[in-house]
Amino acid sequence: MNDLYIQNNLVCRSSEIWKNKALFFKSEENDDLKAFLKKAYQYIEMDYPKFFKMDNLSKLAILNFEILIQNEKIQDPALVFANSNSSLDTDQKFQKSTATFASPALFVYTLPNIMLGEISIKHTLRSENIFLISKEFNPSLYTQYVSQLFQDKNISETVCGWVDLHNSEYDVLLCRITRNGEVKFTEENLQKLYDQPHE
Amino acid sequence: MKNFLLADSIISPLGFGTEANLENLRNSKSALQLQPANNRFPNGYYAGIIDEDVLDVNFEKIGKISSLTKLEKMMILAIQDVLNSSAIDLENLGLVMATTKGNIDLITSNNFEGDRVQLWKLGEVIASFFKIKSKPIIVSNACISGGLAVKVANDLIRAGKCKHALVVAGDLVSEFVMAGFQSFQAISPFPCRPFSNDRAGISLGEAAAALLIGPKANSHSNIQYVNVCTANDANHISGPSRNGEGLVQAVSRVLENSNLKSDCLDYISAHGTATIYNDEMEAIAFNRLGLQEVPLNSFKGYYGHTLGASALIETILTKHALQNNELLKSLNYTAAGVSKSLKIIKENFKTDLKLALNTASGFGGCNLAMLLKKEI
Repeated sequence: MNDLYIQNNLVCRSSEIWKNKALFFKSEENDDLKAFLKKAYQYIEMDYPKFFKMDNLSKLAILNFEILIQNEKIQDPALVFANSNSSLDTDQKFQKSTATFASPALFVYTLPNIMLGEISIKHTLRSENIFLISKEFNPSLYTQYVSQLFQDKNISETVCGWVDLHNSEYDVLLCRITRNGEVKFTEENLQKLYDQPHE
Repeated sequence: MKNFLLADSIISPLGFGTEANLENLRNSKSALQLQPANNRFPNGYYAGIIDEDVLDVNFEKIGKISSLTKLEKMMILAIQDVLNSSAIDLENLGLVMATTKGNIDLITSNNFEGDRVQLWKLGEVIASFFKIKSKPIIVSNACISGGLAVKVANDLIRAGKCKHALVVAGDLVSEFVMAGFQSFQAISPFPCRPFSNDRAGISLGEAAAALLIGPKANSHSNIQYVNVCTANDANHISGPSRNGEGLVQAVSRVLENSNLKSDCLDYISAHGTATIYNDEMEAIAFNRLGLQEVPLNSFKGYYGHTLGASALIETILTKHALQNNELLKSLNYTAAGVSKSLKIIKENFKTDLKLALNTASGFGGCNLAMLLKKEI
């Protein structure tokens, strides 16, 4: 694991997106999630109509992934993602729909790993995927799993993600992990990135 | 360093404990029963459902039933059964849990506190019942969860985080998932018929399973975990890929990473959900991999699709197949119904088995391939 590095990172919370510790995008403070997502989508000129069919959790994941890798060449990264609230936001919406007409369009999003599918489709990634659940952000989940993944010589990079959504509060950290770089891929460094202030 | 599949348990409508399950499988018994009609299913529906009264009678021997949900009781019973059969130091035990929807039936219930529907809470409840100190790791990756959890457990031991690891998996036939799969028109009007020409969708089942993994073979098991690889289809979030690319990649990678060739395989425990497109996708993938002559079955005809538990149950059944040199028929198979030929197991038989492949695929385009080997 000593040979692994955090290449770049992204944090998205409360209407702000920070890339490599610099403010990348900010929308109005009072914007709800939907408005925030739409403005950020327009800001990066994303042109991907499927985006508007996704649930909020997948939108958060795919949009921020796009920003993380903007202007960079990725090499089939493995995706190691986690969150706390699974797909509960969409679960509740689907559950409501069952009273009248159970919506298949909502049901497909009632699994948290769907965001990995959306990212993989957008970037034609046929890489390793895993989605984990943890009450709070837990850096050891990533370091443990990723260090084992990299023992496979064919894996050249991994994107670690924390994409959580609950009661319209969202919390995203994405990190690109590679075999070369400056910031070591350690629990401590991951936690620092997660804790970074965003005033 | 290689780990072994040491002890296991399946809690299902076919029995409490692996042996009881195996006995019923050998007699071609299925968990799938016609369930009473309701608003959504005016003619009823086929599903494998655990009788909660029977569950409670069994559970009362080890704990209080009132403070736990149905799924929690199922998972705890599975773990208890494994612990009973093996002397394990709980201080040095890693716990990995697999589920897709956990206690999702609580989304409309007030019987438990609000956070009980959370998957991490399910992990806490199970760990605290057994006073397991290490934080459980929870995998929720659609229908490959149970197999992926075995990989996580193996990695935990390899990384020196624990001496043994216990994998537990479970999912319910909830109103929530029934409504969802019915909205896709994916529920079969009769017990599901994997790979058959008259297959008409899935049947759902509920079950829990537990599997203990550790570094040394014992008198009960010499079945080794070889490796797991996953691959995404990058094709569609709810439909399988037409050319089976993700499954092909997962299987080729797991063979390559283990320095094994496809002609070494003695048996395939396939995913076989009995939807038109899934089974067709698997047939195409296995043919592209040159595996059309390897005996293959799906266990979905016995249990239905148990979602997050299914890949763990199939891991356990594959382990016992290797151990007993015994292959079980693909239940409810009628006649060839996929465009590429497969060697579907039509009758139970005994044969020498050394290396087996267990596969699973799921929503989000995920595919998993696991190799298990008998150490002689």
